[in-house]
Amino acid sequence: MDLQTLIYLFVGASFALYIGIAIWAKAGSTKDFYVAGGGVHPVANGMATAADWMSAASFISLAGIVSLLGRDGAAYLMGWTGGYVLLAMLLAPYLRKFGKFTVPDFVGDRYYSDFARTVAVICVIFVSFTYVAGQMRGVGVVFSRFLQVDVNTGVIIGMGIVFFYAVLGGMKGITYTQVAQYCVLIVAFVVPAVFLSLQVTGTFLPQLGLGSTIAFDFNNGVQTIEQGTYLLTALDQTFTDLGFSIPYTEGRAGVWNTFLLCVALMAGTAGLPHVIVRFFTVPRVRDARISAGWALLFISILYTSVPGVAAFARLNLIKNVQNNDYATWTAECTAEQEAAIVAARNSGADAARMPCAGNWFATWEKGGLIGWMDKNGDGKIQFANGAAYKGKPSFTGETGASGERLMSNEAVAAPAGQAIENELYVDRDIIVLANPEIARLPNWVIALIAAGGLAAALSTAAGLLLVISAAISHDLLGRVIFKDKATGKSTMSEKNELMAARGAAVAAILVAGYLGINPPGFVAQVVAFAFGLAAASFFPVIINGIFDKRMNREGAIAGMLVGLIFTFTYIVLNVFVEKNGFIVADIKPTGVGTIGMLLHFVVAYFVSRATAAPPAEIQQMVEDIRIPRGAGEATAH
Amino acid sequence: MDTQKAQAYWKENITTIMQLMAVWFVVSYGCGILFVDLLDTIQIAGFKLGFWFAQQGSMYVFMILIFIYAKRMNAIDEKYDVTE
Repeated sequence: MDLQTLIYLFVGASFALYIGIAIWAKAGSTKDFYVAGGGVHPVANGMATAADWMSAASFISLAGIVSLLGRDGAAYLMGWTGGYVLLAMLLAPYLRKFGKFTVPDFVGDRYYSDFARTVAVICVIFVSFTYVAGQMRGVGVVFSRFLQVDVNTGVIIGMGIVFFYAVLGGMKGITYTQVAQYCVLIVAFVVPAVFLSLQVTGTFLPQLGLGSTIAFDFNNGVQTIEQGTYLLTALDQTFTDLGFSIPYTEGRAGVWNTFLLCVALMAGTAGLPHVIVRFFTVPRVRDARISAGWALLFISILYTSVPGVAAFARLNLIKNVQNNDYATWTAECTAEQEAAIVAARNSGADAARMPCAGNWFATWEKGGLIGWMDKNGDGKIQFANGAAYKGKPSFTGETGASGERLMSNEAVAAPAGQAIENELYVDRDIIVLANPEIARLPNWVIALIAAGGLAAALSTAAGLLLVISAAISHDLLGRVIFKDKATGKSTMSEKNELMAARGAAVAAILVAGYLGINPPGFVAQVVAFAFGLAAASFFPVIINGIFDKRMNREGAIAGMLVGLIFTFTYIVLNVFVEKNGFIVADIKPTGVGTIGMLLHFVVAYFVSRATAAPPAEIQQMVEDIRIPRGAGEATAH
Repeated sequence: MDTQKAQAYWKENITTIMQLMAVWFVVSYGCGILFVDLLDTIQIAGFKLGFWFAQQGSMYVFMILIFIYAKRMNAIDEKYDVTE
């Protein structure tokens, strides 16, 4: 079957599955809609959490980031997994015992303040929309590359699918769809990773392949590294040969900033509302604890494969492009050439550098994610340290002597004394998406990747949209605007609140779709916002609410405001006003959430000690959430 | 449940968390960031040890920690008879 048919088949089958689940798991009550009825099995919740957590960025970009950063990529790997340890031990069990529907619920009730509740609602909405814009874009990118439709059409199709199961099924529909999406995305990530590991190192597991020896002689352009050399040694040697100042397995970001970034990502992960809310859906406190373990296990299957994929991809790229003749390598295959490649592969030879084997290169060049500038005019591709030219490729629309797309970018000369001058720009996002083509894996693997990328983006988008709709219908409408002053309860009926929740979900999808079609130019940068703000607001405010009985309304509000305003201002100044123009103490904006969190803790402590203790019934509530017995199910008010 | 028992339960809970978090910190921030260059002088098969902790080992330890935590907390819940 040809590739395009296979892709339609895989993506179509996965979409049919999601819709089928949505119809089966229709939400009948607000409790179904917000917390899936509170009866989700901990293993199922672990899978759903994993799919919720692993976004288009984890699936598509993470391996690219690690491949690019080498050892420094560990801050992302550890930060995005280590947060689950905090979540399991410091947050999830107690929030489950608290037994309400949302994070603003906890903040508002624990700190007996609608102001605190409203600040939390605003934070939830801001953080979640920041995140969701990137997901819808991810959906669009996968659609446009693999299904040959326009990016905008792709976003609209994605919106339609999410609309169907999020609005209809609420958390119940989302949970079971996410279980299916996890299965699709993990198979789609691991299968090509195993293929690559076998190809590069002859080892089955990418986790072990990373520490194994290479299965072929590897010519990096300066010297040939012999078969049997350790993969990481070969990469380090190649980096030195190609003029990179720091080898692959050494760090360049510095201990201070790596440390700050790692803390911010961990605390941010533990404080992200769409992750926390997943632990409201299990029946008991002990289920919340073990469920975090399952979630991390399922996440780690992907995350521990990532460093292998990153290293294999880096080596493969250099091996295949270095000094290869552009015109013959990237040409459309004739029947004889195709036969020659198949014959070479069947005899166990490496066909990746043969004529027309690099046709994928031209495809991605068309998409603008690769750009080659033949600076020395030899018709061959050279790849080495340093930027080939300034900025991202801006194509002139004309083609050069070898048939490559010409660019108007200003060329950058290689540093003095470097043996090879770089001619290539490679976008980090294609590391995962193009890997199967680079390694010439079977067509069904490529189709699988398309379905997996969509599963990763859609599952995260749905989880975020639900959190947004719950924040609006449950917290803002139910607990602030339509609050009965005398009883403190919502004056909305259950039926009306469910309708409001569905309406809010529809509105959220429309806004997300708009952001996907007209992405603000700074989607990548605002991710630092999401983590920084979650780390500086939700994480400390919840920790204080559980572990510090004396923490009161004044302390919590002061802490949240100081943490938020500080982090927000620092990021805005250094990202949007003037890039790195207001750096203090060498703190990068990506790690500033850590400082915001510390400020929050300090301010909250001193303000709470200077003001009146919380009322007795609040102190009793804190005592109560510390003991598992009597949790019951998540309840309405 | 009387106050004394609740306090003893909470204290044991905190001790468990502190012990596990100490391991969490040493493995990730210690081995993976602060002392990574020192550990990199030790090579095991194709891995420098610090690099391995940073990109592989820390994640395995995180997983194990949560499962140990869940198991130990269940035992403490039983001991103080606060299970659901």
